[in-house]
Amino acid sequence: MTAPVPPPPLPEGAKPRPAPVIDAEWAPHWAASLEGRLVVQRCPACGHTQFYPRAHCLVCRHAVEWEQVSGQGTIYSFTVIRQNPSRSFRHLLPLVVALVDLDEGPRLMTNIVGSAPEEVRIGAPVQVRFQLVSDAAALPLFELA
Amino acid sequence: MAGRRACIVGVATSDYPHLPDLSEHQVHAQAAERALADAGLGFADVDGYATAGFFPMYAVGLCEYLGLHPQHLDETNIGGASFEVLVEHAAAAIEAGVCEVVLLSYGSVQLSQMGRRLGTGGPTAAPGGPASAGALWGNTLVGSYALAAMRHMHQFGTTSEQLAEIAVTMRHHATTNPQAQYRDPITVADVLASRPVADPLHVLDCCVISDGGAACVLTTEERARHLRQAPVYVRGAAHATTHALNISAMPDITVTSAAQCGPLAFARAGITPADVDVLTVYDSFTITVLLSLEDLGFCTKGEGGSFVEGGRLRSDGALPTNTDGGGLSACHPGMRGMFLIVEAVRQLRGQAGPTQVPGAEIAVAHGTGGMLSTGATLVLGTEPT
Repeated sequence: MTAPVPPPPLPEGAKPRPAPVIDAEWAPHWAASLEGRLVVQRCPACGHTQFYPRAHCLVCRHAVEWEQVSGQGTIYSFTVIRQNPSRSFRHLLPLVVALVDLDEGPRLMTNIVGSAPEEVRIGAPVQVRFQLVSDAAALPLFELA
Repeated sequence: MAGRRACIVGVATSDYPHLPDLSEHQVHAQAAERALADAGLGFADVDGYATAGFFPMYAVGLCEYLGLHPQHLDETNIGGASFEVLVEHAAAAIEAGVCEVVLLSYGSVQLSQMGRRLGTGGPTAAPGGPASAGALWGNTLVGSYALAAMRHMHQFGTTSEQLAEIAVTMRHHATTNPQAQYRDPITVADVLASRPVADPLHVLDCCVISDGGAACVLTTEERARHLRQAPVYVRGAAHATTHALNISAMPDITVTSAAQCGPLAFARAGITPADVDVLTVYDSFTITVLLSLEDLGFCTKGEGGSFVEGGRLRSDGALPTNTDGGGLSACHPGMRGMFLIVEAVRQLRGQAGPTQVPGAEIAVAHGTGGMLSTGATLVLGTEPT
């Protein structure tokens, strides 16, 4: 995986994207993001993978461990947001919000970047690309593979 | 206990959809007063109270405002499906002998307070923890439902025209509701030509934002014999959840919690979907209706698109749905659950006006809350079983 890229310059009047509030449970996920690594939880007992982080495996209740995944997945669904009054997002419209199924299993919400919204399709393969959002976190965005 | 079967004996809506001179509590009070009067009861008869709002101890505040000291108090909040759950709980409390007369009220001045942007608005949660989805990714409330609609189209071939058919039907019903927020008839082409908000949903696929409130009163079958209106029995109820506010945690985005609570409520009521004369279903968005129809078992999964075609949901169709115009056209004041109950009861009493379904005996009210997160189904009937 590659190192996070800085966010693009902001147009006048726009605000930066919101950064996550990081607590102990999520800290490994965001720490890895700064290194360009996507990590999710895996259960060493039954092999189930899950995101977001939980106290235990949702299948067998065993303790879970963080594990790096490939960053590859497919689009389960998406929408093109054409209206969002927030100054953090208004300048990014139309914005593709997607649910991506990682090859390793878990589904996460993200944005599809680097292509026109019309090119996005359900089932399309995608690859993670990290973008810095604060000193402590980079957002796992995805682009068409 | 004999004679303690719970039934709804009073219903009312407040004035709506625009109440710039009323406080939220005044809207509650107006709806509550009218529902009690409809039943032939007064505040002094009330010994149970329930409501759901957006703040903790909300029902407690309403008790203070209305001057109530109930022995059954409930403010369960599972979003837009809350009021169906509150009726389920109220019926159980009455049948267990906890209380005799439960008042449920809802009130909102969302339109006057917040303007018209809320439904399509920005982040609804702080960007931390599991609820971070909207805030981090620029997703909106409409966006979450749009994700479900897009997937349904992909998986089952559902079209924007079919979703639009739902909005057209609700507007058709609203044309005869003098209180409805929008009453001019619309066509499928109008819906498709309206402003895209979050693909594939257009602004006419989205509910309106209104001021308004509604209320209902439950008591025992025995007490109902001495009251003004014919009782409407709570024959069965159930609720369920699939996930919370982050729709990425929904196991299958095309299957809502209605698939769990619908069949359970029907079984408890001893009915099947074929027995339902009238449906009131939460129509936050057109896709909400389509998913609910499938998951409640009115058609099979994936067939919702063709099911809603040909006027099937019209008051003179095979499954009359949201005969007051629904949240898509008549009134959507933040949470619409109580309005579903009021319209269902009016239909069962034969008091629904121009969209009355002749001889309606069984009505289902199904609420959906959050981001397709929760569901609650009520089966109501003119007879107890």
